Amino acid sequence: MAARIRYIEAVRQGLQSSMRSDPSVIVLGEDVRYGGPFGATKGLADEFGKGRILDTPISEATVMGMATGAAATGLRPIVEIMFVDFATLAMDQLVNHAAKLGFMTGGLLRVPLTVRVQGGVSGRFGAHHSQSLEAWFLHTPGLKVVAPAFPGDAARLLEVAIADDNPVVYMEHRGLYWTKGEVTGNEPASGSVVRRRGDHVTIVSYSRMVHHALAAADTLAADGIGCEVIDLRWLAPLDLEPAVASLRRTGRAVVAHEAVTTGGVGAEVVARLQAARGIRTRAPIARVGAPFAPVGAAPELEDAFVPGSGDIVGAVRGLLGEAPPRTDGQKGGRT
Amino acid sequence: MIPDLPADRLTDYLRRMLVIRRFEEGLIELAGEYAVGHFHVYIGQEATGVPALAQLEPGDVGFTTHRNHGHLLARGTDPAAMFAEILGKETGTNRGKGGTLHIASLENGFPTTSAATGGCTPLATGAAFAFSRLGRDRVSVCLFGDGALEEGTFHESINIAALESLPVIYLCENNSLEALGQKANEYPSSTMAAAPLTDLAAAFKVPTITVDGTDTGAVHDAMATAVGRARGGGGPTFIEALTVRWPGSRPIWPQLLTGPTDLSYAWDPSAIPADYAVWHAEQDGLLRYVRELLSAGVLTPDEALAMDEQVKDRIERGVRFALDSPYPPVASALESVYA
Repeated sequence: MAARIRYIEAVRQGLQSSMRSDPSVIVLGEDVRYGGPFGATKGLADEFGKGRILDTPISEATVMGMATGAAATGLRPIVEIMFVDFATLAMDQLVNHAAKLGFMTGGLLRVPLTVRVQGGVSGRFGAHHSQSLEAWFLHTPGLKVVAPAFPGDAARLLEVAIADDNPVVYMEHRGLYWTKGEVTGNEPASGSVVRRRGDHVTIVSYSRMVHHALAAADTLAADGIGCEVIDLRWLAPLDLEPAVASLRRTGRAVVAHEAVTTGGVGAEVVARLQAARGIRTRAPIARVGAPFAPVGAAPELEDAFVPGSGDIVGAVRGLLGEAPPRTDGQKGGRT
Repeated sequence: MIPDLPADRLTDYLRRMLVIRRFEEGLIELAGEYAVGHFHVYIGQEATGVPALAQLEPGDVGFTTHRNHGHLLARGTDPAAMFAEILGKETGTNRGKGGTLHIASLENGFPTTSAATGGCTPLATGAAFAFSRLGRDRVSVCLFGDGALEEGTFHESINIAALESLPVIYLCENNSLEALGQKANEYPSSTMAAAPLTDLAAAFKVPTITVDGTDTGAVHDAMATAVGRARGGGGPTFIEALTVRWPGSRPIWPQLLTGPTDLSYAWDPSAIPADYAVWHAEQDGLLRYVRELLSAGVLTPDEALAMDEQVKDRIERGVRFALDSPYPPVASALESVYA
């Protein structure tokens, strides 16, 4: 049986194994030599030397652009943006340059860049350190986006992201860092996976919300309601085949994420599910996500903002006619 | 002054300058007849771009900005492929997917052109970072106008280059002086409280050189100093090259304001027309370089004219090639989104 390690350790393992196998893999970020705020890069400078672990000034725009330029000229850089909220500072380089260089040069250039970001609501950090901005990246042709939910995927998909010849935004959830799981090395490199089988309702999710979906499925199973839980893992490219296959059987689906519902990944997923062949839903597909507001720092405000398993349970019951369905994209009631 | 180089290198510099001048004149002419879209021409800055870039070695890279044609041509990019790219043809440098604002030529050391002002500074710094980490004896040149200094990325980039002693040269072509044909307060190209601009680099303890951008020899020497420092592990250099802004962009200034350049202005002052006489007599770095080559005995007027005819012919063939080339297949609009 494979060892159970923490998510943050799995991230470090993915970095370490990639750096061992490819000397052109280099890490750039703020405080990365000392491990960063959560220890993801701890020990790497000792093993690989300071030349491969660059502690940068607090200059996200330029660090992103430097990594892009370095990726175009022979390195395979990994940029750590300490909080995804500060990827906003680097969007010109990421969106206008890293994502487009291959296309704009007619395929001449490759940009094998990995951007590690962490985010999500956890620990009362307030509105500048709690966002889930994946929809911004998903909206950009040329970027790949991956959001692992379990340590096994955290390690494996980071290796896959680093080995990819495209810019990949690798999204960690801070609230998962201390969760444990197996790392086998046999996790599938691409596509989404079914985490739990069930016949009544399909729940599509990613990142930490997968854990809430599984908890919701446990709760609902006690009432004889079977939920099939799909973990998307990759948001770009988006693999909805397992979700479509599931929805064909169940006829009911909830798409759940922690990001603000409006304009979120869920909107894209719902639209594609509705349009898929052979889909006849018994109820409109429901979305669970955060309300259209920044998150407040106070515990009561943060709790009121962040969607959880109770919201998914409420949405499933709504689809089954046990409660009024919530399809308006707002956070459902908590149980 | 002329650079301290063998005669064949000196005339090669002139040939490259003429390629740029005739290319841009040809483009303005082409834009009068065909839907070319917008572009920014490099006329008046040839005596900066050529001596700065023609001395680079294979493997050295440049990251350039919207006024990019001269930079690419200075290192030998094929004018025909550039015309084709500007016209959006399949045979263009980027297969029609970049256009004037994104021309790339890997074999000539231009991974990309960034059309975001200040966009190329982090990219060039990153290439220098890659060279330093890969142990390659290469330099990276960041090419930009004075306007790019108004973006934050310049200051972030030069800070990191200084901290890491990276082999990068920041070449600022300050063309904001006395723009030709510009009315007072019309389209100011630079809005910067700092003066001189070299103060911005000096604050990061980066060596600076200010040079007359119409003086081929001075630019050559400044660049040679910077390249030597970069290759020797001495870190970055900031060069400010001062040029007069020739009014060349479409659609704002689409006309060939000073007319097609007549090389005889260099040796026959009486031929210079009254309009923009100061430009032809003093401010045009290309004509200045011709005068310097003539007085140094490197070149005769007849040789200059013969070279010019060859260049004009090459440019004409380039235009024809571009016009005759097919547009890219529509299906390619969705290709190369991912590697």
